[in-house]
Amino acid sequence: MSATLRTSIALAALSIVALVAALYLGPVPIADPFASDEATRTIVWDIRLPRVLTAWLAGAALGLSGAALQGLLRNPLADSGVLGLSGFAALGAVLAFAFGFAPLAPVMAVVFALAAAVLVTTLGWASRGPASLVLIGVGLSSFAGGLIALALNLAPNPGALADLVNWTLGSVEGRSLEHVTLAAALLAVGAALIFAAARGLQALTLGEEAAAAIGANLSSTRTLVVLGAAACTGGATAVAGIIGFVGIAAPHLVRALAGHDPARLLLPSAFAGGALLVCADIAVRLLPTDTELKLGVAAALIGGPVFALIAARLASRGGDA
Amino acid sequence: MSALLSLSSVSVTLAGTRALDTISLEVAGGEVIALLGPNGAGKTTLLRAALGLVAAEGAISLSGANPANLTSRERALRAAYLPQRPQSIWPISVEALVALGRFVHGAAPDRLSPADQSAVDAAIEACALLPLRRQRMDEISGGEKARAHLARAIAQHAPLLLLDEPTAGLDPAQALGVADILRAHAAKGGGVIFSTHDIALAAGTAHRIVLLHAGHIIAEGAPSVALTPASLEAAYGRKAYLQQIGDGFAAIFAR
Repeated sequence: MSATLRTSIALAALSIVALVAALYLGPVPIADPFASDEATRTIVWDIRLPRVLTAWLAGAALGLSGAALQGLLRNPLADSGVLGLSGFAALGAVLAFAFGFAPLAPVMAVVFALAAAVLVTTLGWASRGPASLVLIGVGLSSFAGGLIALALNLAPNPGALADLVNWTLGSVEGRSLEHVTLAAALLAVGAALIFAAARGLQALTLGEEAAAAIGANLSSTRTLVVLGAAACTGGATAVAGIIGFVGIAAPHLVRALAGHDPARLLLPSAFAGGALLVCADIAVRLLPTDTELKLGVAAALIGGPVFALIAARLASRGGDA
Repeated sequence: MSALLSLSSVSVTLAGTRALDTISLEVAGGEVIALLGPNGAGKTTLLRAALGLVAAEGAISLSGANPANLTSRERALRAAYLPQRPQSIWPISVEALVALGRFVHGAAPDRLSPADQSAVDAAIEACALLPLRRQRMDEISGGEKARAHLARAIAQHAPLLLLDEPTAGLDPAQALGVADILRAHAAKGGGVIFSTHDIALAAGTAHRIVLLHAGHIIAEGAPSVALTPASLEAAYGRKAYLQQIGDGFAAIFAR
């Protein structure tokens, strides 16, 4: 059995354990989630199940798009959050909400994530070293943040402000099966596109020119990954808001188990992202805070140090990825 | 049968500088050609132009087709290319790197047909990488990395090898090992064009030398014909001569 398959199976099993645990755990302890009383059924099946499934799907989408973007840009610091795709997706959704087109929010999230992905890959394709690419992403993220603030400022309906702020912090509280369906559909589309680019990502291990010289079609690889990452990130952000660092942390953890081949990282990174976010959501629910900690905040608290660690390790190797 | 590579009055301008100036050159099957010349003479540009990687004026034909009009797949079936500073961005295993040479045949490192596997095994053996095949690319020495990348190019099984300094960083014995691999490729009907700064190795390996200076071919032909004291001085700006010693060569530059 290959390391990838072993890792995928282990992480899928971890995902299932986390998902089941998430049905038991929460502010109201549930002894038997399969009990037939009204209260248990409502808490477990109407509240917790959609919530944890949303968390898993968003995490999987971010883990997968992170692994794909890292392969495409040959940079272990790349992910939807760092590169500004999440920020732009949130901006698209915020615009839809603020200006009264709420049903269009998912579409806007995908379209805006796509715009960011096209921008960052175009600007970052020829970037020298990991740092300059990250700087481009930081610029795009800050720009998206500024525009979100502007949209909130100009929003005709200030009552929605609190909702919107919540959303830019990232949360899966109060999600329904509709959210689950939306995230699953966009993850399926994104995954299909990204897996079609897997061989191209392997070829890019040799660098751009040598990858083309062994016969890889780089423009198709790039298009597939950009579209796939936009679908994944748009979907994840539309249902869970901005959640950073899962896309960096998941492939990073998986490399230790499954090796560095960018194609073989894709599936396990998706499972790792899903499991990570479900665990983070369990932690958020169990922490005895007055207001529930936002999932995006928790993810950043865990992921931020991981990002710093990878960046420091890269810097010590002279910026070589 | 058309030549594996043919350049006719090819010129390349890079950032306002004429990097190649009306170069004409042919590489046929069974031939090893060495590109010599000082830094900046145009060796790398010539190899890149042959693959259509830089815009060029003049006519270029890669097995009968203009590389600029070929897909990357069609190019990879005609020629394997080893860049001057080959990269392995992710520290994959030596074997996985060599297996990338089978990309154009539809293989992935984790999905090799028996034909792919035997091509990979043969390339690994030819480049003396057998004990290293499971090592990671970031765990081996510079010379071992160079051999792994060469093995990748060989595993591609393209008729033409375009190699940019394949022996850079190799010790003399390993460089001779690479020379043997190139000769073997030609003996099987393939063509090889490689650049190097090792004049003696080029003289002992290549059937034909192409000596470049400032984008021009200043001498071409069999080693003893092309590498005269006059042409070497014209290329490198120093008095130099080539001497045959036994079945090898020595290139001696005056201080």
